[in-house]
Amino acid sequence: MSNNNELLAEIQAQYSRETQIIGEDKQQFLLVEPEYLLKILGILKNYEAYQFDMLRNLTAVDYLEYMEMVYHLYSLPLRHSITIKARCAAENSQMPSVTSIWPSANFQEREVYDLLGITFTGHPDLRRILMPAEFTEHPLRKSFKAGAGQLPGGGGNHSC
Amino acid sequence: MLKTETYTLNMGPQHPSTHGVLQVVLELDGEQVVEAIPHMGYLHRGIEKLAESRTYVQFIPYTDRLDYVSSMGNNLGYCQTVEKLMGIEIPERAEYLRIIMVELNRIASHLIFMGSLAIDLGASTGMMFGFRDRERILDLFDMACGARMTYSYIRFGGVSADLPPEFIPALQCFLADFPAMLEENHGLLTGNEILYNRLKNNAIISGEKAMKFGLTGPSLRASGIDYDLRKVEPYGIYDRFDFSVPLGQTGDSWDRYLVRMEEMRQSASIIAQAVEQLPEGPVMAKVPKVLKPPVGDVYHSIENPRGELGYYIVSDGSPKPYRIHVRRPSFINLQALNETCQGLLIADVVAVLATLDSLMGEVDC
Repeated sequence: MSNNNELLAEIQAQYSRETQIIGEDKQQFLLVEPEYLLKILGILKNYEAYQFDMLRNLTAVDYLEYMEMVYHLYSLPLRHSITIKARCAAENSQMPSVTSIWPSANFQEREVYDLLGITFTGHPDLRRILMPAEFTEHPLRKSFKAGAGQLPGGGGNHSC
Repeated sequence: MLKTETYTLNMGPQHPSTHGVLQVVLELDGEQVVEAIPHMGYLHRGIEKLAESRTYVQFIPYTDRLDYVSSMGNNLGYCQTVEKLMGIEIPERAEYLRIIMVELNRIASHLIFMGSLAIDLGASTGMMFGFRDRERILDLFDMACGARMTYSYIRFGGVSADLPPEFIPALQCFLADFPAMLEENHGLLTGNEILYNRLKNNAIISGEKAMKFGLTGPSLRASGIDYDLRKVEPYGIYDRFDFSVPLGQTGDSWDRYLVRMEEMRQSASIIAQAVEQLPEGPVMAKVPKVLKPPVGDVYHSIENPRGELGYYIVSDGSPKPYRIHVRRPSFINLQALNETCQGLLIADVVAVLATLDSLMGEVDC
């Protein structure tokens, strides 16, 4: 489960222009520039030394100044795991979709789009998945305050 | 030549075999499925958003309400994630109690799977048997924590209370009866020709496709892929037990059924080993009243009855989490629905839904 720091350092050394290592010793992550994201993730999936064939988890976090995508990868044949992060602007957030690499990202990217408002370019079917189609906001954004009247039919009348 | 056209049929959100409030929009060509598009969100409570205005402890009851037939596992996954973030060590006895409860819950959850699969295919006795046997486990949980569902039994640093004296004898009685219960269920369902014909070679998901859909849990293992987090990344003390991971051969509905039936037997064996090794001692570590995990983020996942249940928690050092994301296996497993149903008859959609075993409390979060 722990991040494999040596593996991270090896990948970072090979792709030093596209990636950097962030975080402290115990929790290290590979931060990838969004324009190289698909290239790096494709390499991580297909190269024999990495073989990250499973996208275990995909989510995003709103850090106010920027949005951060988090990808937790796992390799079934080599039994190792890695965490990849990528950042994009908080306004008009856009990210390349990783569905071309792991088709299983489909629902998870739709969820991130729905709740956090990141648009995934190249996604085959980018629609809201949990909120109603006519809903206009993205509830997991920090700026979103839950309250009455936001849903057709009223919704709750207490703030969360 | 007769001109034909496809038509649309709504299945759900009010439909007994969608196991909750799932809506499936079926595009049908006669009785054959052309497309089956799942629409979820009818049970979306915004639990991830609610978490941001609750303290870490206050979030435990919310995890009960995700996959509400295996709440122990949800508690365990969440508590272990926070413990990992804070570096809390928990007492030996608590580790064993956690394993006993989670494995009991796995059996209870698979019994529901068995019962609901049976009734979805028209065998109402199967459901009666499944729910009857599950009742024994709920009684045990009631003894341990005072609740039959929504337990909140597993807490940061251990479990909420030690076992009452009558628990272990009752558990041993259940373990003694369990092989006969399972045998009876096998006799009723596994040996049933109708069930066999409905499930065998139906809705085959190859290993490659299962990976493409992102399946985890028994549905993935039925396709022959050996991925059980209790084995590949043993959390807690799972490395101390001797058990095997049942795998399927073809990945059809029948395999998905058999894998779960065998998993129940393995879980019973884990519980028996845990009861034998159960040490005396405290059940709770010293944990501060107000939890303030250090700044950072962590992902931790466990093998829940429905697949890989993961928690991703971001802490900003305050008593409330900055962000919690739950990787819900039921939600991701539903990706298999559309492609698997294509070309099947409308009655088989029910079998696919039942054997994928998605639970709406977890899908919608």
